Amino acid sequence: MATRTVGETTTIGVRRKSFSETYIGEWITTVDHKKIGLMYLITGIFFFLVGGMEALLIRTQLALPDGKVMDPETYNQIFTMHGTTMIFLFVIPTLAGFGNYIVPLMIGARDMAFPRLNAFGYWLLLFGGIFMQSSFIFHAAPNGGWFMYAPLNETAAGCGHGFQCTPGMNADFWILGTTLLGISSIAGSLNFVVTIFKLRAPGMSINRMPLFSWMILVMSFLLLFALPSLTVASILLLLDRHMGTHFYQYAQGGDPLLWQHLFWSFGHPEVYILILPAFGMISEILPVFSRKPIFGYTFIAWSGVAIGFLSFTVWAHHMFAVGLPSIAQAFFATSTTLIAIPTAVKIFNWIWTVVGGKISFRAPMLFALGFIAMFLIGGLNGAALAVVPFDYQITDSYFVVAHIHYVLFGGTALAVFAGLYYWFPKFTGKMMNEKLAKWHFWLTFIGLNLTFFPMHLLGIFGMPRRVYTYPANLGWNDLNLMASIGAFVIGISVVVFLINFVITMKYGEKASDDPWDAFTLEWDTTSPPKPYNFLEIPIVRSRRPFYDKKYPETADWKSVVH
Amino acid sequence: MPVFRRTKRWLVLLTILLMSSIFLTACNEPASILNTQGPVASDETYLFWVILVVASIVFVVVEGILLFAIFRYRERPGMPNPRQIHGNMKLELAWTAVPTVVLFIVLFFTIRGVLQVAPEAEPASANTVEVTAVGHQWWWEFHYDKYNITTADSLHVPVGTDIHVNLFSNNVIHSFWVPQLTGKTDVIPGHNNTKWFIANKVGTYIGECAEYCGTQHANMRFNVIVETPDQFQTWISAQQKAAVAPAPGSLAAQGQALFKQQCTTCHGIIGVDATKYVNTAVVCNDALPGSSPNNTTNCPLGPNLTHFGSRDLIAGGVLTNNKDQCNPNSPDLMQTCNLAKWLQDPQAVKPGNDMAIGQLSNDQIKSLVAYLESLQ
Repeated sequence: MATRTVGETTTIGVRRKSFSETYIGEWITTVDHKKIGLMYLITGIFFFLVGGMEALLIRTQLALPDGKVMDPETYNQIFTMHGTTMIFLFVIPTLAGFGNYIVPLMIGARDMAFPRLNAFGYWLLLFGGIFMQSSFIFHAAPNGGWFMYAPLNETAAGCGHGFQCTPGMNADFWILGTTLLGISSIAGSLNFVVTIFKLRAPGMSINRMPLFSWMILVMSFLLLFALPSLTVASILLLLDRHMGTHFYQYAQGGDPLLWQHLFWSFGHPEVYILILPAFGMISEILPVFSRKPIFGYTFIAWSGVAIGFLSFTVWAHHMFAVGLPSIAQAFFATSTTLIAIPTAVKIFNWIWTVVGGKISFRAPMLFALGFIAMFLIGGLNGAALAVVPFDYQITDSYFVVAHIHYVLFGGTALAVFAGLYYWFPKFTGKMMNEKLAKWHFWLTFIGLNLTFFPMHLLGIFGMPRRVYTYPANLGWNDLNLMASIGAFVIGISVVVFLINFVITMKYGEKASDDPWDAFTLEWDTTSPPKPYNFLEIPIVRSRRPFYDKKYPETADWKSVVH
Repeated sequence: MPVFRRTKRWLVLLTILLMSSIFLTACNEPASILNTQGPVASDETYLFWVILVVASIVFVVVEGILLFAIFRYRERPGMPNPRQIHGNMKLELAWTAVPTVVLFIVLFFTIRGVLQVAPEAEPASANTVEVTAVGHQWWWEFHYDKYNITTADSLHVPVGTDIHVNLFSNNVIHSFWVPQLTGKTDVIPGHNNTKWFIANKVGTYIGECAEYCGTQHANMRFNVIVETPDQFQTWISAQQKAAVAPAPGSLAAQGQALFKQQCTTCHGIIGVDATKYVNTAVVCNDALPGSSPNNTTNCPLGPNLTHFGSRDLIAGGVLTNNKDQCNPNSPDLMQTCNLAKWLQDPQAVKPGNDMAIGQLSNDQIKSLVAYLESLQ
C-alpha cells in the first residue's frame, strides 16, 4: 500500500518487502522453534529417502549371488553412506525436529531457550549433510564403513607399506562431516536441556513433564557426553591422515584399538540417542489412543534415565571379538545384561497402557503398536548378541544387520512415522488420509519383516556383513532374494507415504485443534500454533493438563498426587 | 475392522513362511554355525540354543499379551471410557524382577561359555599344531613355524588335535572365522591375538574374513582342510620339499621361465628363489626389531606358490583351483580352467586386488598353467 515513512526516497510508494518478509526469506531467517522443527523434519525425511535409495541399491546388488549391479568400490561407498546417512542425517535430525517442534509446546513455553542457537544448529546440520553427500560427485564418498575403523581409514603411509587403506578424500568427508553434525547436535542438545529445565509452564514440575520431553532430555545429555568422544576420535584420525601423527598406527607405537574404544564410547550411547526419543513418542501416543494415562509414568521416566547412565558402560560389547581379556568380556556382558532390564520394563509398561483401554486403530496407534511388536524382536536378538560366546559366531555377520534394523527401523523408524501421523494435524492443520496411512503401515510392517527376518538366518548360516557379493554355493541365495523383495516392499510403502503427504497438503481435510482428543498441552492451541504458541501460558496441575481442562470432573489432579 | 482381519490372515501366512524357511533351509548351508564339527563351535552354538529357547518363550508370551490386548480392548460401538489407571507398583516391580532373574541366568551361561572357549582354556599338549594365520588384503596366508611351511588359502590341520592359531596382520584389521569350528577373533595389527580350535571330523570347512577390510572383503575366504594325522604328515612332508623343476623343453619349463621373468616381484617359489617365505610373521612385522618394512624379498606381497598345484582355492577363494579342467592342451582351457581365467584378467575376476600383470597371450597363459599346476 502506498505508505511512506520519513526519509524514504522511493517515488513508487510501495515499500519493497525486506528479505525476511519473502516466503523463502521467512524460512531462512526464522528463529521460531516450529519452523526450525519443520525444517529439521523435512531435511531428515529427505535424507531418509537418500539413505533409502542407498539401501535399495544394496539390496539390488545382493538380490542374486555374484551380483554385477555395481563394482565393489561403489558398493562400499554406498553401504558406508547408507549407515552414515540413516544415523546422522535421518534419525538424529528427525528426532531433533520433533523435539524442536513439540517440546516447547508440550511444556507450555513460547519458544526454545536460545532461538538463534537453534537456527544455527539446523543450518549446520543441513550444510554438514550436503557436504557429506557431495562426496558422491567426486566418486569419493566415505568407503570405510559408518564406523570408520582405523587403520583401514588411514592413508597409505599410516596403515603399512603400500597397503590398501583410504588415501583419497573419502574418509575426510566423513570426519569433517560428522564433526560439523556433532557441533549441530551439541548446540541442539544444550538448547533442549536449558529449555526443559528453565521454561516449563507454571505447575509443570519435572515429574509432571510429558514423557517425550523426558526422553528428549535424556537424549540431550547423552549427546552432550557422548559426542566429544566421537569428535576426539575423528580429529585424531584426521591428524594421523594429514599431520603425520600416529595415534592409530601400531608400527609407530599407536594402537588401532584406540579408535574402537573411542568410537564405541560414542557409538553405544548413540544407539540410545536414536531410540530414547522414539520411546518418548510411543509413550505419548499409546495413552491417547487407548484413552488411558500411561501405565507407570515413574518407571518409564526413570528407566529412561537408567538406560542413559548404563549406556556409557556397555561400549565394548561391540568388541567381543577383538581379544579382550575374559574378565573384561564378563564385565561388558554384565553391563549389557543390566541395560536390558530397564528396556524390558518399558515394554511391559507400554503393553499395560493398552490393556484395559479403548483402542482406536488410527494410523499413529498402528505404528506405535507395530513399534512395540518389532522393538521386542530387536531387544531379544540384542540380548542374544550379549551372549558372548554366541556373539563370537554372529558378530559382524548378517545377524547383527537384522538386530540393528529391528531396533532402528522396526523401532525408531516406526516411531517416527507414528509421530508424523500423530502430530501432522498440529504441524499443518490438515488430517492425513487414513486409508493410505493404513496401506503405508501394513506395507512397511510386512516389508520390514520380509527384509530383516531372513537376515538372522543369513548370519546363522555364516554370511558376513559388508560383503559386496557372495558365491552361489553357500545356501544364502533364497534368503537374500527374500530380503531384497522385502526392501522393495518397504520402498513402495514409502512411496505410498509420499503420495499421502502430497495429497493431504493439496486436498487434505481440515483438522481441528485437537483431533485426537489428546492429553498434552501442544493440543491446547491452534493447529498450526501461532508464533507465540499460547495466548495465555497454561497452568499445570497434573501430568495430563489438557485432559484435566477438557474433563474437569475426572481430572487427574483430583485423584492422583504427583 | 475389516482391514485388520484381512491383515491378520496375511500375518499368519507370513509367519508360517518365515518359520518354514528356517526348517526347509537348515541343512544345505556349508558355513552354518548350527552344523558344528568341533568343541569350541559346539560350546558357542550351545549358547545359541539357550538364548533361542529363552527368547522364544519371552517372544511368545509378550507378543501374545500384546495381541490379546489389541483384540480384547479394541474400541467397539458404545464402549464406555476405560478406568483411568496410572500404574501398579507391585506389578511393575514384578516385571522388573522377572526379567532380571531370567537375564542373570543367561548371564551365568554366558560367562561360563566365555571361560570354556577362552585362550586360557586351550587343552595344549605335545601334539598341538601351532600355525600363524596372516591376514592380507585380501587372502589368508598360513605359516607353520615348526615345519617351516608357508601356504595360502587353505589351512591344513589334523583331526582331533588342538590347533593353536596366532593371528597376525601388518595392514588392516581382519577377522578369522570358521563357522563350523570356531567363532571369530579379530586379526589386529600390533595385537598378537591367539585362538584355538579342534576339529572332530575329517572334511573341508569354510573360513571367512569377518571384519570389513577394504574393497575385496567379500572375497577373503579360506578352506580348513581337516585330515587324519597320517594324511597331515604326508601333506607336511610334501610341502616341505622345494618345487620340482620341470623337464627341460616342456611346456611347464616355458612357464617357469616366464614366471621368473614376470612374477617374482610379488611371488616366490621355493626351489626357484629360496630366500622368500622364511618367516612371514617375524619378517613382515614392522613393529618387531629386525623387520624390514619395504622388504619385498622376504616379505613378498603375494602368496607362496611353491605347491600351488596342490591347493584348492585361488586368490582368497574367489575361484576354485579346478585342476582337472586345466589340461593346457585343451582347446577350451580359457573357458574351463579357473587359473587361466585368473591369469587372463585378475582385475576382472577380483577388482581392486593387488595383482597387476600385463596382458598375457594365450600361449603364455597355457605355459603358466602347465607350470603352476605341476607344482604338487
